[in-house]
Amino acid sequence: MAEKPTFLPAGDRAVVVELGDAIKPEINALVRNLMLAIENRKVPGLVDMVPTYRSLLVQYEPLKISYEHLTATVEEVARGLDHIKVESPKVVLIPMLYGGEYGPDLEFVAKHNELTPDEVVKLHSGTDYLVYMMGFAPGFPYLGGLSKKLVTPRLQTPRVRIPAGSVGIAEAQTGVYPVASPGGWRLIGRTPLQLFDPSRNPPALVRAGDYIRFVPLVSEQEYLELAQKIQKGEYTVVTEVAE
Amino acid sequence: MNEEVFEVLEPGLLTTVQDRGRYGYQRFGVSVSGAMDVFSLRAANILAGNDQNSACLEMTAAGPRLRFLRETLIAVTGGDLGFTLDGEQLPRWCSIRVQKDSVLASEGVQDGFRAYLALAGGIEVPILMGSRSTYLKSGIGGFQGRALKAGDRLSVLPLEPGRELRERRLPEDLEPVHYGHHHDLRVILGPQDSAFTGEAIATLFDAKYSVSATSDRVGYRLEGPVLKHKRGPDIISDGSPLGAIQIPGDGLPIILLADRGSTGGYTKIATVISSDVGRVAQAAPGDTVAFKKVSIEDAHAVLREEESLLRSLDREAAAASAGSISIVVDGEDYEVTDEQGKPLFEHLTPGAPHSTETRQAKVTVGGRTQEYNVQIRRGF
Repeated sequence: MAEKPTFLPAGDRAVVVELGDAIKPEINALVRNLMLAIENRKVPGLVDMVPTYRSLLVQYEPLKISYEHLTATVEEVARGLDHIKVESPKVVLIPMLYGGEYGPDLEFVAKHNELTPDEVVKLHSGTDYLVYMMGFAPGFPYLGGLSKKLVTPRLQTPRVRIPAGSVGIAEAQTGVYPVASPGGWRLIGRTPLQLFDPSRNPPALVRAGDYIRFVPLVSEQEYLELAQKIQKGEYTVVTEVAE
Repeated sequence: MNEEVFEVLEPGLLTTVQDRGRYGYQRFGVSVSGAMDVFSLRAANILAGNDQNSACLEMTAAGPRLRFLRETLIAVTGGDLGFTLDGEQLPRWCSIRVQKDSVLASEGVQDGFRAYLALAGGIEVPILMGSRSTYLKSGIGGFQGRALKAGDRLSVLPLEPGRELRERRLPEDLEPVHYGHHHDLRVILGPQDSAFTGEAIATLFDAKYSVSATSDRVGYRLEGPVLKHKRGPDIISDGSPLGAIQIPGDGLPIILLADRGSTGGYTKIATVISSDVGRVAQAAPGDTVAFKKVSIEDAHAVLREEESLLRSLDREAAAASAGSISIVVDGEDYEVTDEQGKPLFEHLTPGAPHSTETRQAKVTVGGRTQEYNVQIRRGF
């Protein structure tokens, strides 16, 4: 890795490791790879890590590892990052039904951007979205890669309850609500997949650094059949290796 | 088999099941949650003869009224919520044997703000993502994902074989903490102290802030002088460490606590050291706080003192149960674990209580592994 990471103290049990100062896939890939490489290294005293857009929060147990030793280890791992092989990110296929009662704002998004609803579906499902990080709520992915042609403002008045699995657009972002919650995103569709389930390990279908691809379902019947399969545990989530 | 151990007659202001928190899942957006005052939780568990991470009740300001459904051993630590047992004042910071049909009640907060009730065996609720802690906002973990309500009946785990209900108290030279209404909090600057004016940094250490009534398990909101940013309050979202003092656009500090979101997009001027986070949890609305700058090394020294205090408490508590081992290297106590972090003593053949032997051991200190002759003491 070309640049040395910057260490920002975050109390006596954590340190922020910054790898850049912009929201860019290349920087985010470094964050992901650094986290995996540190994990592979099995550093004693490592408690937890939180990968974000351009930095990694490393939480440690000071009784097991000193700040100096921890940062020196992270620096060493970062230096060797080009030569360390980590698992490739995956593309997680998310089947979803666009429009109708599942995506009540699809028409609005189309009109706002002077497109037909079909064109919106094509554009939205035609991209692999990078999961930059997760946060805000359990299982909520911050996605990058929405087409500039689909940028749409939020609702003036947020909805009181949005069903789990709803897929929406807010300004230049698209995202999936992992659990039912209030919200102001423009809803264009819904997936029957459960993106977050606290009793599953890992609890989320995707992790930071993975990609999401939305795959259009053709009918409500297909959606309901799939939902039933998922509920019975007869559905395996489809993934591909990225690139 | 688990046995129901108490019934909730009145839930109190906010009573939840908590352990030391849910680690390993922040990367999925899951909050750590767990006890707001971890020291008090650990002490309560030690006094009740439990593993230090066992689940306890965290009780806030006005405690619950509970009726015990069988004989057990309890320990109450943390703030003084005016607890009584069958109408008599309940001694805190020690374990107490309670009988079936006894009633624990709270007359309301006398000192501090949060108390911990440990029960022998530890509260039995399902482990979710590695923890029994309650995360209220998403209804995850704890007892049905929520605060306790009247009529709830909770169970404890069975005692480990060989463990008995045995009453314990603090060593005589230790006094229960008196929290008062002003709290000095030690902080380490950063991660984003460079986003603030010199004047803002100076103000942080000169000013007194008062705790807002809107404070909760997510964060403590403070009222007082405004802290100015050089160029606005926003950053590219990053991870939120425990105790971080976040300064949003209005310039007023929010100390991020157990139920904080795993990430956030506001600048964090400084971070309260982990040994003082529990002190924040004991501050009541209207109390005042002041910040004092320390170094990471200072904070780690405080942490080691706190650990040795808990260890001496634990040693005392463990004296009765033969088989417990401590390893001393160069006069310093170390917990020896295998690569998975499991205490090593579980894999050794139990020796005679109160015996000492010398063995060769590989000990990793600060990442360097060295061979030592270690003393293994049993039953101290």
